[in-house]
Amino acid sequence: MSTPATPSDRKIEQVDTVTIRFVGDSGDGMQLTGTEFTKASALAGNDLATFPDYPAEIRAPAGSLFGVSGYQLNFSSRDIHTPGDAPDVLVAMNPAAFKTNLADLKVGGMLIVNTGAFNAQNLEKAGYKSNPLDDAALKQNYKVFAVDISALTEAALQGSGLSAKEIARCKNYFALGLMFWLYNRDAEHEIGNINKKFAKKPPIAAANVAVFKAGYNFGETSELFHASYEVPAAKLAPGVYRNMTGNYATALGFAAVARQTGRQVFLGSYPITPATEILQEMSNLKEDGVVTFQAEDEIAGIGSAIGAAFGGALACTSTSGPGLALKSEMIGLACITELPLVIVNVQRGGPSTGMPTKTEQADLLFSLYGRHGECPVPVLAAQSPADCFYSAMEAMKIAVKWMTPVILLTDGYLANGSEPFRIPDPSELPKVKVSYQTAANGEAGEFLPYKRDAKLVRPWAVPGTAGLEHRVGGLEKDSLSGMVSYDGANHEKMVRTRAQKVANVVEDVPDVKVSGPEKGKVLLLSWGGTYGSVRTTAEALQAEGKSVAHAHLRWLNPLPKNLGAVLRSYEKVVIPEVNAGQLAFYVRASFPGVDPVQFNRINGKPIKTFELAAAVRELL
Amino acid sequence: METTTNGQNGAPALPLYTKKDFESGVDPRWCPGCGDFSIINQVQKLLPTVGVPREKIVFISGIGCSSRFPYYMNNYGMHTLHGRAPSFASGLKVSRPDLMVWVITGDGDALAIGGNHFIHAMRRNMDIKLVMFNNRIYGLTKGQVSPTSELGKKTKTTPYGSPDYPFNPPALALGAGATFVARTVDVEGAHMGGVLKAAAEHKGSTYVEVYQNCPVFNDGAYTYMTEKAVRADSILRMEQGKPLLFGKDGKKGIRFNPQTVHLEVVTVGENGITEKDILVHDATHEDPTIAFMLANLTGKPGFPTPIGVFRDVRQPTCDELTWQQIAEVKEKKGEPTLEKLLASGETWTVK
Repeated sequence: MSTPATPSDRKIEQVDTVTIRFVGDSGDGMQLTGTEFTKASALAGNDLATFPDYPAEIRAPAGSLFGVSGYQLNFSSRDIHTPGDAPDVLVAMNPAAFKTNLADLKVGGMLIVNTGAFNAQNLEKAGYKSNPLDDAALKQNYKVFAVDISALTEAALQGSGLSAKEIARCKNYFALGLMFWLYNRDAEHEIGNINKKFAKKPPIAAANVAVFKAGYNFGETSELFHASYEVPAAKLAPGVYRNMTGNYATALGFAAVARQTGRQVFLGSYPITPATEILQEMSNLKEDGVVTFQAEDEIAGIGSAIGAAFGGALACTSTSGPGLALKSEMIGLACITELPLVIVNVQRGGPSTGMPTKTEQADLLFSLYGRHGECPVPVLAAQSPADCFYSAMEAMKIAVKWMTPVILLTDGYLANGSEPFRIPDPSELPKVKVSYQTAANGEAGEFLPYKRDAKLVRPWAVPGTAGLEHRVGGLEKDSLSGMVSYDGANHEKMVRTRAQKVANVVEDVPDVKVSGPEKGKVLLLSWGGTYGSVRTTAEALQAEGKSVAHAHLRWLNPLPKNLGAVLRSYEKVVIPEVNAGQLAFYVRASFPGVDPVQFNRINGKPIKTFELAAAVRELL
Repeated sequence: METTTNGQNGAPALPLYTKKDFESGVDPRWCPGCGDFSIINQVQKLLPTVGVPREKIVFISGIGCSSRFPYYMNNYGMHTLHGRAPSFASGLKVSRPDLMVWVITGDGDALAIGGNHFIHAMRRNMDIKLVMFNNRIYGLTKGQVSPTSELGKKTKTTPYGSPDYPFNPPALALGAGATFVARTVDVEGAHMGGVLKAAAEHKGSTYVEVYQNCPVFNDGAYTYMTEKAVRADSILRMEQGKPLLFGKDGKKGIRFNPQTVHLEVVTVGENGITEKDILVHDATHEDPTIAFMLANLTGKPGFPTPIGVFRDVRQPTCDELTWQQIAEVKEKKGEPTLEKLLASGETWTVK
C-alpha cells in the first residue's frame, strides 16, 4: 500500500491500556469495525476484552437514538479482566451515537467524530437544536478530532462506480483505517482480511480496501494527530491463542466433549437472543459428533434433548431467561427421571421480554428454585467469555457423572464479549466419562433402573440394550424398580435421595479461592459474569494498600465447602451483582449471621469498577 | 451387545417373540370396558411381527389415560409431560435413528396442549409412529370438553353445551404434512391390527387415530357408527386400489363430481351409475387433496365416516436427511481430532 515504510516522523507514545468504543447506527458496521480492530490487537499480542452493545432492533431507523450500536474494546500490555469502564477513545459516527455515548467518555479522552453525519436532519433526529460540536466546552473537556469521514470516504471512492448507498456503507473502514494508524496496527494484514471477507464481491473488497487505506493515510498526513500510540504486547502465558466469544466458547466446549468421549452430543434448542449463536455454532460442527435439532419452541427444545438423553446422547439445550421459564416443567422431568442434561441459560434483562440484548444476572434464584416441587439441580456460572468453554465441559461432566440436569449460567455480556483463549492441550481438559449399564443389577436377574450406587447415582441403560427394557416418567417412582408409586414414605425417600445426590456433587466443587488477604476488612464476593469487574476492583484497591480480598463463585449449587469459613474471615462481605441482590439473599439464607453489603446495578451493563471501588472505599 | 448412540448397533438375530414378550407384567389400570384395552392388545399382537428387536422399540407418551400405555409395555418407554411426547420422540429419533419410536397420546394431549408439537412432528416427516386415542373427552380429569368434542356437547366445563368447533384430526395431520394418516376404531380389532401394521411399515411421520370409547365419561361416543344396525351404512372402509363402496349391499359409493368439485354419495345401478364411476382409493397419491376431501367427509350429514389409510407416501424423513447431511459433512471435511477442533479459526502464538 501507499503508506511509507516508516509511518511517521511523529512520535509514538507507549501506553499500557486503552479502551476504545466505536458507536454508530446499527447499520453502520460498528460490530465489524470493533471485531477487526480486536483481531489486530490480539495479533499484536495484547490482552484484551470486548463488549458489543447493540439494540434489539435489527435495523432501527437511521440516525435515531435507540438505533445506536456500539462495540467497546479494552486492550492492554497487562493482564486485564474487563472491556474497560469508560472509553479513552470514542469514535462516534453520527449525532445520535455521539449523544448517547459522550457521557461515558473519560474527561480528557479522545473524541473522533464523523462531522459529515452532523447534518440538520441527523441533528434533529438526535434531538439537537444546534450542532453540539460547536460547543466550546466540548473542546475543553475532550481532545476532539472532527473528521468528515463521509466526505473523505466519498472522495476515496470517486469513480469507483459504486452507488451512493454502497459508498456510505464503506465509511466504517475509514474509521478502522484511522484507528490502525493511530495504534500502529498491521495494515497489510487487515487488507488481506478485507480481501478474504469480500472475496465474492471484488468491487466491494476493492472499495473497502481503498477506504481503509484512505483512513490510514489520513492519520498519517493530516497532522491532526500529534502522536500515534503503541500498546506493547502483554505477558500472556505462552501458547497458541484464538479470540473467542462466550457463546462460541460454549459451543466449542460441548463439541470438545463429543470429540473427547466419541459420544454424540445432542443440542435441542430454539433461537433466542442472546443465546442463538450457541445453536448456530453447534449446527456448524456436524463433523465433530454434534447433532443439533432446532425445535418448534423452547419446550420442545429441551424435550428433544431429554429424549436424546434417554437414548444415550450427551444432551444439552440453550436458552435465555424467558426460555428458561418455559423449560422449567421439563427440568422437573429431567430431575425426577434422573437423566443427564445441561441447560445453558444466557441471562438477559428481564422479566418477560425485558431487554434482550442487554446483560443481567437476575436468573440466579430462578435457576436454583424456579421449579414446582422439590427440584434441586446443580448450578454453575461461567466467569468470562473463554471460561464458557470450560464451564460447558464441566457442566456436562457433572450431568453425566451424577445423572442429573445441570444449569449453566452465562449472560449477554459473556456471550457476546470476547477475550483471548489459550488453546489447551487435550490432557488439560475436564474429563467427561460416559458409561452405560449393560447388565441386570437386581438379585433376581432383573433390571432396577433406580437402584443407586454409593453416591446415590442410578444406572443409565439406553434403548438397544437387550434385557434392560424399562420405563421412566414424571410420576413418582418406586425407589428400585422405577415403577409408579403413590406411597407417601417412598415419595419422601425419593425427594430426599434426589436432594442428597445433588448435595453430593460438592465433592466435585473445588474450595473457593481468595485473592488477597486471608483475613481482613472486606471480602468482595462475586459470581458469574461480574468476575472481571470485581477482580479488577479488588486489584485496584489492593494496590492502594486496602484490606480487600476477592472470592468468586463458580458453583452456586452446591456451594463450595469452605465458603462459610471464608465469609466469616472478613469484617464485611460485599456482594456486587447485576440484579437486585439475589446472591446476597442466598448467602443470608445459607449462612445465618452473614449479612452481606449489597452493591447492585440493574442497568443492562457490566459493573463499572470505579463505581464499585468508590462504594468499597466508603466501607473501609 | 455393543450399543452406541450413533445408530450403528450390531444387529443380533431376532428372537421369535410372542405377544407376551411385550407385556410388562403390570396390569393396565384403565376402567373396565375402556377402549384402551383393545388398542394395547392389538399393539402387543403386532410387535412380534414387525422385525425389530424388542429393545429397539420405544414407547413415549404424554399425560392422560392413554399415556399410561408405556408402563404396560415391556419395551423402553418414557411417560413424559402433557402434550410434549412428540418433542421427546423427535429428539430420540433424530439422535438414534436405529430405534423404532412410537408416541401414544390422546385427543386432549396431542391436540390441545400438544397441538404445536403435533403439527411440527407431522410436517418434519420425522419417522415417528403417533397413535392418538380419540375419546372426545378429558378422561383423567373426569370429563371436560376436548378439542375433538362435538359442537354443543355438554360436559362439566360446558354445562350449556360446547360453543367451540372440534378438530378433524386426520385433516389436521394431512394439512400439517403427515406422510401416513389413518383412522381405525377400538371395537374393530382386525381393522385396527391392519392399520397398525401398515403404520409400523411406514417410514416417516405416521398418524393413526383410534376412535376409542370412554365408558365412564363419554360412553357411546361412536355408537352412531359402530352399532350393528347402522355400521354398514355409516362406515366407509378405505382399501388401497379398491372402489370406495359401502352400505348393506355394497352398492353405495363415493364419486368425485368434477362439476361441483365435491365428493358425493351415489348408488351403483341408479341414475346410470356404474362401478366405474366410483372413486378408487389410492393412499399413495403424492398430492394429499383427495385424502383431505375424504377426511372431511367425517361428520358430514349424509356421508359415512371413513376408516382405513388416508395417505401413505414415502418421502425422505427428517432423521434420514439429518444423518445424510452429517455423513456428507464428514466425507467432505473429515473428522478432525480434538486438537484440530480446538485450534480451528484464526490463531496467534505467544512465546
